[in-house]
Amino acid sequence: MSGHLVENNYTTGAIRAMELDPFPNKPAGEFICNVISNDWVNEEYKLVVLGAHKKALTAVAGQFFHLLCPTPDGAEVWMRRPMSVYRVDQSGGRIEFLYKSEGRGTRGIATLKSGDEFNIAGPLGVGFWLEPDWKNIVVLGRGVGLATLAPLSQMAFEAGVNVTALLSARNRDVVMSRDLFESYNADVIELIDTDGSSDVSNVKNIIEGLIKDQKADAFFTCGSNRLLNLLKDQGRKYGIPGQVAMEQLMVCGVGACYVCVRTFNVNNERVLRRVCREGPVFKMEETVGW
Amino acid sequence: MPRGAGVQDGGDGWMVDLSVEIGELTLQNPITPASGSFSWEYDEFIDLNELGGLVAKTICREPRDGNPTPRMAETEAGIIQSIGLPGKGIDYFLENIVPEYAKFDPPLIVSCSSEDPDEFALLASELSVPDVDVVECNISCPTRNTSGGNFALSDEHTGEVVSKLRAATDKPLWAKLSPNAGDIVSIARAAEEAGADALCIANTFLGLKIRTDNFRPAIGNKYGGMVSPALKPIVLRMVYQCAKEVKIPIIGIGGVTKAEDVVEYMLAGASAVGIGYAAFRNPTALTSIIRDLEVWCDNRGIKRVSELIGAIKDEDMEMDTLTAASQGV
Ligand SMILES: Cc1cc2nc3c(=O)[nH]c(=O)nc-3n(C[C@H](O)[C@H](O)[C@H](O)COP(=O)(O)OP(=O)(O)OC[C@H]3O[C@@H](n4cnc5c(N)ncnc54)[C@H](O)[C@@H]3O)c2cc1C
Ligand SMILES: Cc1cc2nc3c(=O)[nH]c(=O)nc-3n(C[C@H](O)[C@H](O)[C@H](O)COP(=O)(O)O)c2cc1C
Ligand code: FES
Repeated sequence: MSGHLVENNYTTGAIRAMELDPFPNKPAGEFICNVISNDWVNEEYKLVVLGAHKKALTAVAGQFFHLLCPTPDGAEVWMRRPMSVYRVDQSGGRIEFLYKSEGRGTRGIATLKSGDEFNIAGPLGVGFWLEPDWKNIVVLGRGVGLATLAPLSQMAFEAGVNVTALLSARNRDVVMSRDLFESYNADVIELIDTDGSSDVSNVKNIIEGLIKDQKADAFFTCGSNRLLNLLKDQGRKYGIPGQVAMEQLMVCGVGACYVCVRTFNVNNERVLRRVCREGPVFKMEETVGW
Repeated sequence: MPRGAGVQDGGDGWMVDLSVEIGELTLQNPITPASGSFSWEYDEFIDLNELGGLVAKTICREPRDGNPTPRMAETEAGIIQSIGLPGKGIDYFLENIVPEYAKFDPPLIVSCSSEDPDEFALLASELSVPDVDVVECNISCPTRNTSGGNFALSDEHTGEVVSKLRAATDKPLWAKLSPNAGDIVSIARAAEEAGADALCIANTFLGLKIRTDNFRPAIGNKYGGMVSPALKPIVLRMVYQCAKEVKIPIIGIGGVTKAEDVVEYMLAGASAVGIGYAAFRNPTALTSIIRDLEVWCDNRGIKRVSELIGAIKDEDMEMDTLTAASQGV
């Protein structure tokens, strides 16, 4: 915080966990979190656990934070990286992100160690929502998309909604979030490339079975165009609504720059919407496959 | 946390008067956002009432989708971006966007653009409604065609379009210039002569990034405006040169990320600054920079920030090299 002026440095009003919030009435903030742990969950993904200011803990499933990534190589990372909240632990004052370390930003996140500081901005965007008449939902995700979908299990659990989670992955070792879904009583089905269970025809059969058993009042997905199109087809055929979390490159994360637009189909008209502001969660019916 | 460690004046104000004058308009402090990198949605993070002014994204008369995605790419020292001035047109803007800004106290500066001088003038007159305090003409969008739209590359085109805009509006008229012009001082003079009330220096630098994996331009529009704190010394130099040649106030825009950058721009002759990138990096930057500027001034006993305008000490530069080099670092 300013007050004492750190001369000749980037200026930020970011606040640490116990600091007074200069803008208590604003829904989002810039927070300096302390890294509690940052470990591999399997050969591809890491989970970073942060101690955060209590305003950060207001994030709901599907919302995201804009992360100021440390450098992986000594040179600057110029843009923040959007990342959906994986888990919020209210009582522990913690917030978690599950991520795949790929480019410079996420490789930078991977360098964080316990005790380091990490600047995150948010919570941002529109998260998932549950309509009152939905009693059973189907969550279908693949790869890192599951990081975005996983907190839905808690949201549904707290609303008394049953979840069937279809977790798709290349092989059994990289199936993610099974524990988290199961801890909230979700029925979990793994869909794996190596044994063919992730084939579109098999997934379609499973979904039609769930529809027949009246376990599919709504669909939720993220991360795979193939799965999105499959759910859209089923949704259209059986009149089942759905939500999808979308991704796009972002600059501001709040709706100012229009970098993050994607095309949607609203009342048979193609329109652009900002993923950071009108989304990242959108009605499945309005998305355009890619 | 209390608002800084500076000295309070007994009331709830501060010892430092941060207000600046841009022509007839008084800003409560010299910190404004830069057009296109800001919107009322920043209200999610900060109290917009603390800002010196509010600046709306450049508006065009007709609805536009903007440029193809991707609209941004990171480079070694900043980003290039080309958004393409998307928007829903003037009617939507007046009905829906202006009221969003009108909820806040600072003056509203509306940026506008057109490739055609007559349409541009019409737009300026349509924008001259009570809730709009300043019309800023974006005559410098770097990715627009040089033969239409990017008037600020030529003093002749600048003079022509600014004269038309001047005749079309009674609002204060600010002209946003291009750093891509060969001689920005001559453009600044042309804008002043044509009746601009202030100059915004500057828009973005035209750039290009090529992907080495597929040999294609990295952003959908091919060319993009480069944005980076690395460009601050270049824009600062332009502000300094222009301030020596024009009498109207200057808003320095480019690479401001901290209070000292504001001080530098003011010393070079700017009356205020515009900030874009810093708010992407730190969404609380705009208000934090205001606080830091206050503390910076207070720490040095500067009572009015406006004292800094043009206060660069650039006389006595004639010292000979041997004398200079005989001094310590
Ligand atoms: C709302 C939202 C939630 C997300 N949640 C997660 C999550 O929980 N876990 C996770 O691992 N990933 C998530 N992603 C994707 C994540 O943002 C990208 O993996 C990340 O930005 C890549 O950065 P990089 O430096 O590794 O890659 P680079 O390729 O070096 O990035 C270059 C630029 O492209 C952008 N970019 C690259 N891929 C993506 C992408 N898929 N989406 C958006 N921007 C991208 C980067 O932000 C950066 O600006 C999410 C994306 C969005 C939009
Ligand atoms: C995403 C983005 C969009 C912009 N859109 C506009 C615009 O619509 N009109 C305009 O005059 N300048 C626009 N600019 C330029 C900024 O107003 C500003 O001149 C530039 O970013 C330099 O300031 P900075 O270094 O503080 O970012 C845009 C810049 C960015 C990064
Ligand atoms: S990232 Fe700027 S509008 Fe969405």
